[in-house]
Amino acid sequence: MEIVYLLIPIAILLVLLIIWLFFWAIKSGQFDDLEGPGHKILMDRDEVDSIPPDHNKDP
Amino acid sequence: MREPATPTLCFHCGLPVAKGIDLKVEIDSQPRPMCCHGCEAVAKAIVQGGLEDFYRYRTGPSPTGRDLVPEFLKRSKIYDNPEIQKTFVTTAPGTRPGATLQEASLILEGIVCAACAWLNERHLNQLPGVIEANVNYATHRAHIKWDNRLIKLSDILVAISHIGYLAHPYDPNRQQQILAKERREHLKRLGLAGVLGMQVMVLAVALYSGDWFGIEAEFRQFFYWVSLALTTPVIFYSAQPFFTGAWRDIKNRRPGMDVPVTLGITLAFLASVNSTIHGSGHVYFDSVVMFVFFLLGARYLELGARKQSGDACDTLIKLQPTMATRLTNHLEETVPAVALQPGEIILIRPGEIIPADGCVLQGLSSVDESLLTGESLPLQKKPGDMVIGGTLNYESALTVRVEHSGANTVLAGLQQLVDRAQSEKPRLAQLANHVAGWFVFTVIVTATIVGLYWWQADPERWLPITVAVLVITCPCALSLATPTALTAATGKLTQAGLLVSSSNALETLSRVTHMVFDKTGTLTEGKLQLVKIHPLADVDVNSCHQIAAALEARSEHPIARAINSNIDPILNSSHVHNTPGAGLLGEVNGCRYFIGTSQYIESKIQIALPESQLADLEQSGHTVVILAQAGRLLAAFELGDTLRADSKNLIDALYTLGIEPLLLTGDSEFAAKSVAERCGISHYRSRLSPQEKLYHVKNLQAQGKIVAMVGDGINDVPVLASSHVSIAMGSGAQLAAIHADMVLLSTHLSHIATGITLAKKTLMIIKQNTTWALLYNLCALPLAAAGWVAPWMAAVGMSASSLVVVANAMRLLKTANPIDIDK
Repeated sequence: MEIVYLLIPIAILLVLLIIWLFFWAIKSGQFDDLEGPGHKILMDRDEVDSIPPDHNKDP
Repeated sequence: MREPATPTLCFHCGLPVAKGIDLKVEIDSQPRPMCCHGCEAVAKAIVQGGLEDFYRYRTGPSPTGRDLVPEFLKRSKIYDNPEIQKTFVTTAPGTRPGATLQEASLILEGIVCAACAWLNERHLNQLPGVIEANVNYATHRAHIKWDNRLIKLSDILVAISHIGYLAHPYDPNRQQQILAKERREHLKRLGLAGVLGMQVMVLAVALYSGDWFGIEAEFRQFFYWVSLALTTPVIFYSAQPFFTGAWRDIKNRRPGMDVPVTLGITLAFLASVNSTIHGSGHVYFDSVVMFVFFLLGARYLELGARKQSGDACDTLIKLQPTMATRLTNHLEETVPAVALQPGEIILIRPGEIIPADGCVLQGLSSVDESLLTGESLPLQKKPGDMVIGGTLNYESALTVRVEHSGANTVLAGLQQLVDRAQSEKPRLAQLANHVAGWFVFTVIVTATIVGLYWWQADPERWLPITVAVLVITCPCALSLATPTALTAATGKLTQAGLLVSSSNALETLSRVTHMVFDKTGTLTEGKLQLVKIHPLADVDVNSCHQIAAALEARSEHPIARAINSNIDPILNSSHVHNTPGAGLLGEVNGCRYFIGTSQYIESKIQIALPESQLADLEQSGHTVVILAQAGRLLAAFELGDTLRADSKNLIDALYTLGIEPLLLTGDSEFAAKSVAERCGISHYRSRLSPQEKLYHVKNLQAQGKIVAMVGDGINDVPVLASSHVSIAMGSGAQLAAIHADMVLLSTHLSHIATGITLAKKTLMIIKQNTTWALLYNLCALPLAAAGWVAPWMAAVGMSASSLVVVANAMRLLKTANPIDIDK
């Protein structure tokens, strides 16, 4: 049973990592629009197929 | 009505294509029909931009190109003025030397599906000079960064209009933006409580099975310490809003739900810490974190529903700075309206908003003061007359000497009245808070008695039992009772086009006894419409209408617009001469015609309509214009502000609900009486100034009545601000929408009655929930006080009672939709 002294700290480390990731995601606006990007990715893929890559504008 | 059974539909906007229009745009290698040049231009712009895919992915028809107002585009230039830009544009140093990067947020109008958001984003990113553009589909906002040397903000706005949408900047410092930030913070708190809560639960399961099957003291102690470490951030970070809320409540001496919540959390946590340190007794870490998580979840949903309707309100409030054209030595100069000084001379073109109070020096025109006075017809202005800032100039250019500007204008005076009314606004005590105050008191008294009793009877057990009392009476269900019901109701109403922007509006609405209405724009459509054409000679009514429409085709006057609506023009006029405020003459098919007021016609052809006949026509408060040619009168056009289709339905519904409707208007006795009679309102007052309206409402409130106000104009704003609950029309003045508790976006006035019914139902659900929560507590309390409740039972009881409350609130969503949206 002594293994819990190792496993629980590992679990806590993982939890800290998850929280850090979650906060980062909120900060970078991942949760601001929960609908748009899902559609957007579908539309963009087809467009790349039909337009040659060099057609893309230079930012 | 005369359309064929299946009319051709415009491929872009889905409206029927009128006969004789043959516009086609090739999309997906097929010619597609278009209803107007507006749609054609938009579709072409989309195809040329390589964004044809839009048509494949969109899920609804696009906004029509018919309404793309050139005036808006003309006006968009003022957004380039650095003075104006100060409020909504931020400037950042560019990555390349010399370049300045500018950033702004825009509200996009016309977004109906995800494909629209995609189209705008792609289109904006293709513009040279735009560095980055993001379109948020959920909020209909765009955030753009651009290089000011390559492209101007007005160019960006125009580019968006090319693909059929309208964009206007908004001030990101407004309340909604703050709410959005709060939402992010809230999400962080919720996430932290959730993730840590799961870990604490894992350990709790181990501890519970330890109670059952036995566990070594060494591990138990370890699990306690780990649970403590995991719970601490939840207490100090996630639960923080409850602490600040409770502190605020105590300071204001108005205990709300936050006080018992804080009490429960703090005591359960402290007792657990105590057990952990002493290595004996029970811990409640799992209950504490789950409690915090549930409550945060409920509040997050509530915040979301409020934000959604708040966003929609924001869209109404366009940031439209008024600019003025100042004349200095006959040179025109565009300046912000706030910079005007008394004595300066300004030019106001037709269609422009008058920027300050002043006196007309030159020009003849009609001015629409309806938003300020409730008068439905535009007023004639000639040299020497006063004009009021904020009103709209219709017909022709006016030269005006500024008399008052800034804080001394009529509009600013109204604003002060509003601020005062708002601060004096009576607020009803909220049910939830009322219950909470009582609840806190009972819990504290009971806990003290129980604690004291066990202290005497069994000093070993006093702490665990007192804590069990506090945990089992944990006000979870009670504090979920209100927000869940409000969230469900708000969501339902938003769907029906009734936005709720203030948090206690619903509860107040359910208790309303009197409902005060404004006339113009609220019970009526707020614009002139052609009621009837009376032939005055042996002529065809339709051809008279055609001639009148041809003459009025170029005029922007509301009378002209009323005559021109509902008609496909087939005739053309020439040599049109306009006498502002009287009428106009011109040639149609080589023949000269006159149209205008009875006096104007008399002065032109020396024939007058008999007094009695004119009085007959004008009886119901309607306006009459006459069409004539040399030697004879042809037809009289009766124009009036028509009642909204379901005004009467609403009034009937109000009587059924036991609510007394009242009509208070600034318009004439004549007009007020006619409208009141047609809707069935028995009490009305006319010719009221905003102050008098306010006085009436305060009088009612002094008698203990609960007053709701429905209005749309600036003159209604003080009353809106002072009534118990206010509903503004979405189509009315922005100032009215800002100060209202609710905004009716839908054109169906009867949705207000639906709102009241739903509000009553919501209040009933809240009452049921509260009763249930109190009953549960009442049963559980004696058991806990007797020391019979194990901690796990307390936790199960708490969760179960909360679930019942949530499920009950969800019934508001499930009730068969009583609201017919877009019927």
